[in-house]
Parts: sequence; structure tokens; C-alpha cells
Amino acid sequence: MTDAAIPTAASLRQTVEARLKKRHAQEMRFRLYGRMAIIVALCFLALLLGRIVTQGYSTFVDYRIAVPVYLDPARIDKADPTGANYDMLVAQSILTKLGEQDDDLGEKSGKVMEIMSNDLGFQLLKMVREDPSLIGKTITVTGPVKSDAALYFKGQIKRSTPQDSRKLDDQQLDWMDKLKASGAVTSGFNVSFLTNSDSTEPEQAGVLGAIVGSAMMLLVTAVLAVPIGVLAATYLEEFAPKNRWTDIIEVNINNLAAVPSIVYGLLGLAVFSNWLAVPRSSPLLGGLVLALMALPTIIIATRSALKAVPPSIREAALGVGASRTQTVFHHVLPLAMPGVMTGAILSLAHALGETAPLLMIGMISFVPGVPEGFTGAATVLPVQVFIWENASERGFHERTAAAIIVLLVFMIIMNLAAILVRRRFERRW
Amino acid sequence: MPSQRDDSIAHDTVAPVHIAVDRAHASQPAGPIKIRARDVNVFYGDKQALFDVSLDVPENSVTALIGPSGCGKSTFLRSINRMNDTIPGCKVTGRIELDGEDVNDRSIDPVVLRARVGMVFQKPNPFPKTIFENVAYGPRIHGIATGKAELEEIVERSLKRAGLWAEVADRLHQPGTGLSGGQQQRLVIARAIAVSPEVILMDEPCSALDPIATARIEELIDELRNQYCIVIVTHSMAQAARVSQKTAFFHLGKLVEAGPTGEIFTNPRDSRTQDYITGRFG
Repeated sequence: MTDAAIPTAASLRQTVEARLKKRHAQEMRFRLYGRMAIIVALCFLALLLGRIVTQGYSTFVDYRIAVPVYLDPARIDKADPTGANYDMLVAQSILTKLGEQDDDLGEKSGKVMEIMSNDLGFQLLKMVREDPSLIGKTITVTGPVKSDAALYFKGQIKRSTPQDSRKLDDQQLDWMDKLKASGAVTSGFNVSFLTNSDSTEPEQAGVLGAIVGSAMMLLVTAVLAVPIGVLAATYLEEFAPKNRWTDIIEVNINNLAAVPSIVYGLLGLAVFSNWLAVPRSSPLLGGLVLALMALPTIIIATRSALKAVPPSIREAALGVGASRTQTVFHHVLPLAMPGVMTGAILSLAHALGETAPLLMIGMISFVPGVPEGFTGAATVLPVQVFIWENASERGFHERTAAAIIVLLVFMIIMNLAAILVRRRFERRW
Repeated sequence: MPSQRDDSIAHDTVAPVHIAVDRAHASQPAGPIKIRARDVNVFYGDKQALFDVSLDVPENSVTALIGPSGCGKSTFLRSINRMNDTIPGCKVTGRIELDGEDVNDRSIDPVVLRARVGMVFQKPNPFPKTIFENVAYGPRIHGIATGKAELEEIVERSLKRAGLWAEVADRLHQPGTGLSGGQQQRLVIARAIAVSPEVILMDEPCSALDPIATARIEELIDELRNQYCIVIVTHSMAQAARVSQKTAFFHLGKLVEAGPTGEIFTNPRDSRTQDYITGRFG
């Protein structure tokens, strides 16, 4: 090599500086891409959440009508109070309040029934059945207006729309304005959405049944999947010999985590429902299926948490004469606990939002109440969302978005719990 | 033979004249044999790490195992309390006798063996628990203490013997991981002592410590010698010379030479030992 080939210090610096600009540009470009990706992701998130919230928030406001109803003894048979037409009684009382006279065909009262919920009639029936002495008196009932009427109050049905294209005609809209002006119709926070279960009438439908169903199902899943998953992972990681069999098992567990959830639904249908005769559409069956689904994720999370425990801790425990089991359960597993719990909570949150396998096991049925125990029929939040989304009535669509909000709130709570658990149990060494 | 490059050798390249062998210690008569190893071979999978090692370790004395990195001294140490059992694919042949009993015998439970043969590791590894819990753990799992008072007594005695009591007496219920490196290593020694072992194995116990903490540990080792049989692996020949009565030099998985520390450092029989202790390793 000649001397000319060896660069001088000055020329070397020049070369480096020339490249320096390029290097900086490269870094800037990469940062820019990163920021752009985050901005795009945030936009989509805002769009998604914004749409759900703008569609759903109105569900949390409801319009209730209060009407004094004269329980006419001529129209209610004391011997058989269930036979009377309470809806008609309510409708006519509303007409009276509006200063209108019903025609002979009952056409006007029929139109009133289209703007008030039949819940008012049910309430009357219930009261009279419990206390027949009410007959002959005037009592005031309060109940929701029909969902279409509520949509009008919320501005989602507009007067400007031609009469033929909307569900309520001009006269009904006039009545509603009048009722609102007179103070008979009031608005407030929709408590019944959180205290009612599913109903065929959108204004009476709520998410309580679905929340309780979800909670029960998740309980079954947690009780089964967390201990089995954690112990299986502990065995595989700390006790099992490392040979071809355990390798095969590990590969299979990793693959199971990627199996589409609907396949678990089919498996649950075949094994738990058909073979073991677990009642269909029950929280027990749903919990069993979701436990199967959550197991691989919990096992993988636990194994990686166990792997992260420094080997020096194992040596320390073994060195003072702890047995393998003592080493694992006194030291290794407690140290892995933050990771284990985070993994478990996140996979349970995932199970909470699962829909497809539950459709397979018949959880799609209409359940108008809180589930009666773990083997009773139940519905869960995501399935409730699915059912309402498929309903034809417009009032249900609003509720779909509201149910999604409730589901998201539960998800956020669970994810926060995962973060808190992690902080709480994290130990430094 | 390929030359063995090792940082620690360079680091320890101390002229032999500076290695002051404590004649008083080194010339003390060795006690009865506590550990007798015969033809020990250790394999990690297909790789053989130890070749026919035979060594006697006397009671109530410190035996130092020296040699370059990867020479098998830690492997030999870990065979004594069967810590190698925890390594998959590790196989030990030959006999290692503790008081005449083969430690690899089927009748010996490694749990009991490790209570009799305690171990201190290279990096201080206290449990991420309180100081008290660290020391109390061993007695508790072995059921040594019958009550809370006895357990407290054991903890106090062990910490005192490890020379840590004065420093931690008022903070027994604070995490052991909050102590300094040297204190942690003494805590670990206290933890080992708490189960009343007969032998204490130390695997480079001072390599992660500063000179002052090292001196403190060495002092402690010297005190403990009266009650325990101690085997220490060290990279520092100065340390071996300071604390041990017997020294064994390992090279490439073979025991090259073993004898009273004074002899090994002043008059080694093997040229490899000579080269190693003078820092002229080839």
C-alpha cells in the first residue's frame, strides 16, 4: 500500500462530515415516519371513539312522561284486573291532558300509544294487581316515551322530513311538543339503561343482564384459566425436562394462541355442550370456552415472566437447601407475579370482548332478564351489541353504541387494573 | 496447548514477590479430611469440563481453587453440593465423599446435602425480601427453629457471625437488596451459616466487591475457618495466598497441582503452576 491511500486527518474529517449530513437526514426521516404513524393511529382512534360516543351518548338521556290516570271501575274488572286494557287507559288520559277527544274508532288513542311506552300500562297493571283498592282512584304513572318519540326530542327525527318518510306524523309531533311544553315530559339521566335487561322495546332495553352475564362468565373463565394456566406454565418452565416432547408442547401452545376464536366455539359446542351436556347459552358454557381460549395466552405470558426472573434467585434458594418446589413457589413465582397478573388480566379483558365463539354456543338468544345462575340462559355485552346492531328498530342502534361504551368502560377498567397490579407487585432487586 | 487469554490473569499479574503468604496460616497442620474427591469427571452434554479430578479438602481450613477462566474450578465446586444437578445435560461421574459418604449416592437428598454444604455465589444474590427473611428462610424451610424466639436468635447469631449484625441490627425489616454490595455478600454468608452447614463453598465471593469490602470478607473467611470447612474459588492469587491453607490449581479441566498454600506459591512442582502464579501464563 502506498502512502497516498492512507487518508490524512483533514480529508478523513471531510469524508465523515459529508456523510454526517446524510446520517442526520436518515434519523430525521425515521422520526418523521414514526410521528406520522402515531398521528394516523390516533386519528383513527379518535374517529372510532368519536363515532361511538356521538352515536351512543344520547342513550344516557331519556325522556319520561308522567300522566295521572283515573282507574275507572267501569273498565277494570275487580275480579280479574289483568283483563283490562291499561295502555288504552293511559293513552286516553294523555289525550285528556292534551285536551283532545278520542274518536269512536280509537284512532287518536292508537296514535298516542305510538309515542308512549307500553311500560306505563305494565306499571298500572302491576300496581292494580298488588293493590286492587286502587281501582276508582286517580294515580300518576311515570314511564319512558316510545323510542321514536325520544328520537324526536333528541332531534334525530326531524319535522322537516316529509311526513310519509318518518314514523310519526305531524299531529303526533304537535302533541309531543305540547306535552313537553306542559311539563308532562321531562328528561334526565337514563338509569333504566343500566338497571334493565334486554327488551323487545328499545326504550325499555338495558344492559344489566348483559353486564351480569359477562361478569359471571368472566368469573368462570378466571377461576379456570388463571390457576390452570399459571401452574401449567410453571411446570413447563421450571420442572419439565427439556426434550423433544416439551418442545412439541411449546410449539403447540404457541399455535393454539393463534387459533381463531370461532374454532374454540365449535370445540366447546362439541365437547362441553353436546358431550358433557353443559346447558347451552349459559355463563358456565361460555366461561369454559373462553377459558380454553385464554389458556395459551396466560401460559405464554407466565412463561416469559418466569424466564425473566434472574437465575441467581433460583441458585440462592437451591443453595440454602430449598427444594425445587420451594424455590419456585417461595421465590420465583412471587417475583414473576406482576408479569403473570398483567398477562392474565389482559387475556381476560380479551375474553370479555369475545363474541364469535359465544355465538357458536347459542349465547345469541334473546334473554330479557338477569341470568338465573351459572347454568341459566344469559347474554353478554359483546353479544348484546351484536344482537342490537342486527335489530331493525332505530332505537336499538343508539343503544348499540351505548352498549359499546359500557363494554369499553369495562375494558379500560381491566386494563387500568393490570397496570395497577403491575405497579403494586413490582419488586426491584 | 493453546494459550489461555484471560482478563483476570492480566489483572492479577502481581509479581510473585508481592504475594505475601501468611506462613502462620499456611503452615498450620491440616485437619482431618472432610471432602474426598476421586476421579471426578463432569460433562456438559458432549463437552467434558473436568477430567479425573482427585482432591482432598481438610476440615476447619480454607481450600482455594485457582486457575484461569474456564478451567473447571467452579464446576468442581458446584459438584460438591450437586448444584450441577440443576443444569440440564450435566453429568458427574466419580466419587465425591463428604465424611466418607458419596454425595451422588441415591440415598442422599440434594436438599439435605445443600443444607450441610452451603454456598455463596459470585454476585451477591439476596432474596428481594427483608434482611430478617433472608437469613430466616433456610432455618424455616428446614424446620430448624421451633419458635419465633429461636428463629430470631438464629438470625441474630448468624448475622453476628457474618459480621453484619452491628450494621443491620436496627433495620432487620428493610429489604436486603438495599444493602451495599459487600454487606449483601455478608448477608448471603449469614444466610448460608443460618442452617448450620459443615462446609461453605464460595464461588469468587469478592469478584464483584471493592477492595475494602473484599478485605472485610477475607477477614470473615478467616474467622469462619475455625468452625467450617471452606472451599473458595478465586481469580485473585493474592487472595488465595491470604486466606487459604491449601491451594489447588486447575487448568483446562484438570487438577494440575494441590498442596499447602505456602508450597504452591513459593515452590510449585509443576511448570504450569509456576507460570500461572507468576502471571506469565502460556
